[in-house]
Amino acid sequence: MNKTVTILDYGSSNLRSVAKAIETVGFTVKTVRSRAEIVAADVLVLPGQGAFQQAMAELQGLDVIDVIRAHIQNGKPYLGICLGFQILFESSSENGDHAGLGVFKGKVQHFDEVWSPEVKAKGLKVPHMGWNQLQMKRDPIGVFVDVEMPISTYFVHSYAVFDTEHQVVSTTTEYGVPFVSSVQTASLFASQFHPEKSGTLGLKILSSVLHQF
Amino acid sequence: MLTKRIIPCLDVTNGRVVKGTNFVSLRDAGDPVELARFYDEQGADELVFLDITASSDKRAILKDLVARTSEQVFIPFTVGGGISDIDMIRELLILGADKVSINTAAVSNPQLIFDASAHFGSQCIVAAVDVKRVSSSVAVYPIAEVSLDASSRFEVFTHGGRHATGIDAVKWAQFLTDKGAGEILLTSMDKDGTKDGYDIELTQAVASVVKVPVIASGGAGALSHISDILTVCDAALLASLLHFKELTVEQIKTHCDHMQLPIRRI
Repeated sequence: MNKTVTILDYGSSNLRSVAKAIETVGFTVKTVRSRAEIVAADVLVLPGQGAFQQAMAELQGLDVIDVIRAHIQNGKPYLGICLGFQILFESSSENGDHAGLGVFKGKVQHFDEVWSPEVKAKGLKVPHMGWNQLQMKRDPIGVFVDVEMPISTYFVHSYAVFDTEHQVVSTTTEYGVPFVSSVQTASLFASQFHPEKSGTLGLKILSSVLHQF
Repeated sequence: MLTKRIIPCLDVTNGRVVKGTNFVSLRDAGDPVELARFYDEQGADELVFLDITASSDKRAILKDLVARTSEQVFIPFTVGGGISDIDMIRELLILGADKVSINTAAVSNPQLIFDASAHFGSQCIVAAVDVKRVSSSVAVYPIAEVSLDASSRFEVFTHGGRHATGIDAVKWAQFLTDKGAGEILLTSMDKDGTKDGYDIELTQAVASVVKVPVIASGGAGALSHISDILTVCDAALLASLLHFKELTVEQIKTHCDHMQLPIRRI
């Protein structure tokens, strides 16, 4: 039987794309909205698109924040995409200052907050939208063993994590300045980019993450 | 560094690709999803579907297309053609579309661009602008700040280039991005189908005033046309040149790479 992957439906509009991509690489997807189902989950996936504050409010409304945190802290497998990556950090400055899950130290900031005047003068556009390259830092799970780095993946975001020296950083990407494009621990992979929209290589990344879990 | 994007565009009606294609290798060249997969495999960076269905079943047909595409295509895709309200945008995004392209509806109701980007984020709202050089337009548009004036060189048209609007294309692009459009899909109706190159002057005029990516469309006939236009904008839209296999995505990307443009290779 195929391994089952649990996706939390917290109102993210990319849920279907993520589910389809995961099914395509050979897993059964279960979409859930309750505490009990998260507690019972083996592999938990948080997709995500939209605003940080809204995503956290949605998680609060579902009353699942503590069980997601416990899932990760107990070393159960977690895959986060875009906002599902950002909410792992302590806070975000999107529309004010809002607390995240705080699994990792650090904050999510707008590109404009970290770009120097020289970088701003280049006229880079925000959102950072399109295909950009990943630079490898570390790969404990072996997510990238089957691909020839550097590869490009698809990004759509205006906020990012800029502490590229953080110990969980897996890849970084350059847009005016380097930012964190994915993080990894032994049981967690989370990316700022969208593997479900990154073509064949994106599917390969999803496949190796989920097979390693 | 962000790469320049090569975007195949498929015209569909009643869920089938129209305008001729020359895909003998495909089981069914009329199926937009199959063509989309083919371009995905070739290394296309995104896809655009323009729906030109006239019937009242349009909404259902478009939803079916988006659902089937999102099951099989794992690169970003945009859907456009007759999208005129927030509910329809919501439905298409939930089914798996990444962006919607709004054209005529923005001319008749510019507020839609504002409402749509406020609801779903600028990144998924593409404003499509069809343009011709100003000749002797007598059309008058009610919003003065975007109306043609003595110095205007480019005018916005709707309905496939048949209806003049009295709108200055450069001012309009600026206006739409101020309203929240996250991208401009800029089509030169003068160049469309000519194969003698994109309208560089128009594209540059728009790209230099807006702070969002500009996708150039209309006029591609050779590799050099594509690399030339990508020096002034972010993405190139291609239709018949690819559909008739005069060029492949791979050839275009190899050429752009050779011309030292940042480009994604697979």
